[in-house]
Amino acid sequence: MSGDPIIELKQVDFHYAQEPTLEGVDLTVYRGQSGCIVGPNGGGKSTLLKILLGLLEPTRGEVRIFGTSPEDARSRVGYMPQYHLLDPAFPATVLEVVLSGRMHSFFIGRYSRKDRAIAMDALEELGITSLAGRSFSRLSGGQRQRVLIARAIAGEPELLLLDEPTANIDPGAGERFYAALEELRHRMTVLTVSHDLGFVSRGSDLVICVNRQVTIHQAEHFTQQTANAVYHHEVELIKHDHSCFCHCGGDHAAGRR
Amino acid sequence: MEFFTDLFRPEMGFLRCALLVGFLAAPVAGVIGTLVVTRRIASLAGASSHAALGGVGLALFLQRVVHLEWFSPLLGAFLGALLAAMAVGIITIRVRERADTIIGVVWALGMSIGLLFLNYTPGYVDWQGYLFGNILLLSPADLGWTAVLGIVVLIAVLLFYPQLLALSFDNTFAELRGVRTRVIYLALLVFTALTIVLLIHVAGIMLAIALLTLPAAAAGCYTRHLWSMMVISTLLNWLFITVGIIASYVLRLPSGPAIVVFAGIVYVLSLGFCRIRKIKA
Repeated sequence: MSGDPIIELKQVDFHYAQEPTLEGVDLTVYRGQSGCIVGPNGGGKSTLLKILLGLLEPTRGEVRIFGTSPEDARSRVGYMPQYHLLDPAFPATVLEVVLSGRMHSFFIGRYSRKDRAIAMDALEELGITSLAGRSFSRLSGGQRQRVLIARAIAGEPELLLLDEPTANIDPGAGERFYAALEELRHRMTVLTVSHDLGFVSRGSDLVICVNRQVTIHQAEHFTQQTANAVYHHEVELIKHDHSCFCHCGGDHAAGRR
Repeated sequence: MEFFTDLFRPEMGFLRCALLVGFLAAPVAGVIGTLVVTRRIASLAGASSHAALGGVGLALFLQRVVHLEWFSPLLGAFLGALLAAMAVGIITIRVRERADTIIGVVWALGMSIGLLFLNYTPGYVDWQGYLFGNILLLSPADLGWTAVLGIVVLIAVLLFYPQLLALSFDNTFAELRGVRTRVIYLALLVFTALTIVLLIHVAGIMLAIALLTLPAAAAGCYTRHLWSMMVISTLLNWLFITVGIIASYVLRLPSGPAIVVFAGIVYVLSLGFCRIRKIKA
């Protein structure tokens, strides 16, 4: 495999109370690879993401991000949460939100000119420079998602973790989001937690299936049968020449490729 | 007119003192109140405020029974509010799901302890003054404390404004970026407890929380920036405290309810304004 290992999990277990959420997880992601973390609700996707971010300590096993602990690697990791979990009425402009991606442990006082320039570059990269002075609360779901990605990349990460990025946004906004993401994949490792199996056919190298245990598939070999096995029931994974639709247990996602 | 004539009479020093304390407390309450509202810790601040009565009761009891004269009710209020804020803050950091229950327990327990101590305190105690505010309880020393706290709060907010904005908007992300979110959160709780104590004489224990949250919540209807919300909240606090003190003096009302009813009316009108603006947009 080309490149250095960026993520290394060895025999990782995680238990909530006495209930095992993850068991015996072995996972290696190399520099330059991009992956999609899929699996049913309660399967442990969010837990895995929190372990990678160092927000949860595994019950057993070893986690290395860039060869160090997740806590020590945080400055090299960008993270985008689900936008609908944030206070929709919070009084902040788009630029203020993106600038918070420049925050660091020893920050004090005001953001520097360099910080502002990098934040504006991040906005430009996502095609939302015109929104800089707008209130975050007055944006659409798709615009908020792009602002949160801009905030994540303003920290100049080498690894970008995205949590359900296309949840609760309309298909059109999802399409713009995919386009922005494809650009980012050229220069950083991107891992996406998603129910939207459209991601599988949108430039991911790996499909990381999480359902208490983790299995890793090459994206091109991720088939209908594999998807059914991960979700423990029949899901629709229809691949056309130009589009990919998936329908899993009431969750319906659609994306074009 | 009677109020303005009386204001400059030499024996009406307490009235001038009340207005000055209100003038100095407004920026502190405006800034901290905005953070309390945006960080959504109003109920935690409410528990802290009501638990202050436990400290007031303990202080008065020790002063009268054990003759511990230095243990003033104000110091007791601060310790009660601080202890409650820290207890709730630390427990909710560890067990977030239980926050509501813990807040309720601390809220009720603090008040009950205070009332029990007051019950066993010999002599007359103006407990209503502590509960609902009494500008006669204000002293020049309160002016000094209010000014010092105001300066400390404003400097801290100026220095840590980006961190405060980042963690109020998205605590997890701020933590991942290296912000010491727990330290700043606990510091915010300390400042909240201090602000509540400052507001106790003006608005009373029961209503201090309203003075902390109503102006900030109303300010949120007029702006989309955190810093301008702090400024508008400060201006509204000035207005509410001044009008409330004048009304309380002229109409012989406890100052707390007079201030809070006025603030409540402005808040409801602001919500209406917000709603109309949203419909028009």
